Amino acid sequence: MTATPVRLDRRRFVADLIARLPEDALVVTGLGSPSYDVFAAGDRPGTFYLWGAMGGAAPLALGLALAQPGRPVVAVTGDGEHLMGIGTLATIGAKLPPNLTLVVLDNAHFGETGMQPSHTGLGTDLVAVAQGFGIRGAVRITDPAQTEDLATRIKARAATTYAQVLISTSEPPRALPPRDGVANKNSFRAALGLSSF
Amino acid sequence: MMGGMNETPVPAPPSWQEDVFAALKNRGIQQIAYVPDAGHSHVIDEARRDPGIHDVVLTTEEEGVAVVSGAWLGGQRAVLLMQSSGVGNCVNMFSLLEMGRFPFLTLVTMRGEYAEFNPWQGPMGRTTGQALELMGVTVLRADYPDEVGDTVEAALDSVFGAGERVAVLLGQKLIGRKKWERNG
Repeated sequence: MTATPVRLDRRRFVADLIARLPEDALVVTGLGSPSYDVFAAGDRPGTFYLWGAMGGAAPLALGLALAQPGRPVVAVTGDGEHLMGIGTLATIGAKLPPNLTLVVLDNAHFGETGMQPSHTGLGTDLVAVAQGFGIRGAVRITDPAQTEDLATRIKARAATTYAQVLISTSEPPRALPPRDGVANKNSFRAALGLSSF
Repeated sequence: MMGGMNETPVPAPPSWQEDVFAALKNRGIQQIAYVPDAGHSHVIDEARRDPGIHDVVLTTEEEGVAVVSGAWLGGQRAVLLMQSSGVGNCVNMFSLLEMGRFPFLTLVTMRGEYAEFNPWQGPMGRTTGQALELMGVTVLRADYPDEVGDTVEAALDSVFGAGERVAVLLGQKLIGRKKWERNG
């Protein structure tokens, strides 16, 4: 008999991970609950929150990681957002920037639209998918004790990392990050010492 | 394509394609994201050879909209190369550009117009410019080889000097008639 994998509390996991990130880490969040989770963990200057552009979190993080090889870049997104742009894993697999990490908070549901079941509960194995696209360092997180190891890998910038984090379908109170993308872009660039354009 | 390896020397790329790469290089482009097209082949080859440029081959064009925006967040200039059919794939992702007012340049080789043999290229080719404009992207166009370099430079000025979102449509006439039958 196989044990049902433990599903983590999303808010607690994200707070633990963000608290362990090095100060120079840059974060991109996919639309919906992952944005709320990251914002609830404390607004950091190097964070870009998506409120739309579904499927865009991973490729946005890829362009950023290539541009900033000296800093860890972490995309935090959900299974629905990620699945819409799943081909991006092939694009990432072709470049494998060592400073890039994708963290997929996977509750196997489309939470924002009323908890309809998603593909990851209907047959898709994201770790196998990521490995198949050439991201060898793909792991599944089912235990809060793995957070420290993930943070260590993010800090090391030694290989593209992919973490599927099994979370429960709990819906913590919404913590809404700023929706002004222009202001977010400018403050993000200012944190890197860059002008607006 | 010929079959053997040593038969014909590789023909020189059309000079307008060299002008495109020179313009991108001169203006400090460091990432070139693309879905390939014959009209972009020289720029893609050069990007892959150039250690100062990240070449990013995409599975679909909308990824490139986000890659280019991410590059800008991190302080690099990037450009997206695609064929006209790819513009339709990008439509919702273009909202990222407007919401963040990201500087954005895409070079689009046109299909579905001059001497087009494949009718399936028509629906998207005929609406490429309108689709871009509907989503807030300014459209420039070049149809003759000697205007390509200058048009791309003008677009680069608008994008990185003024923070605009610009597409340059490269007319199908530049690429010429596609050979549909392969000989021996």
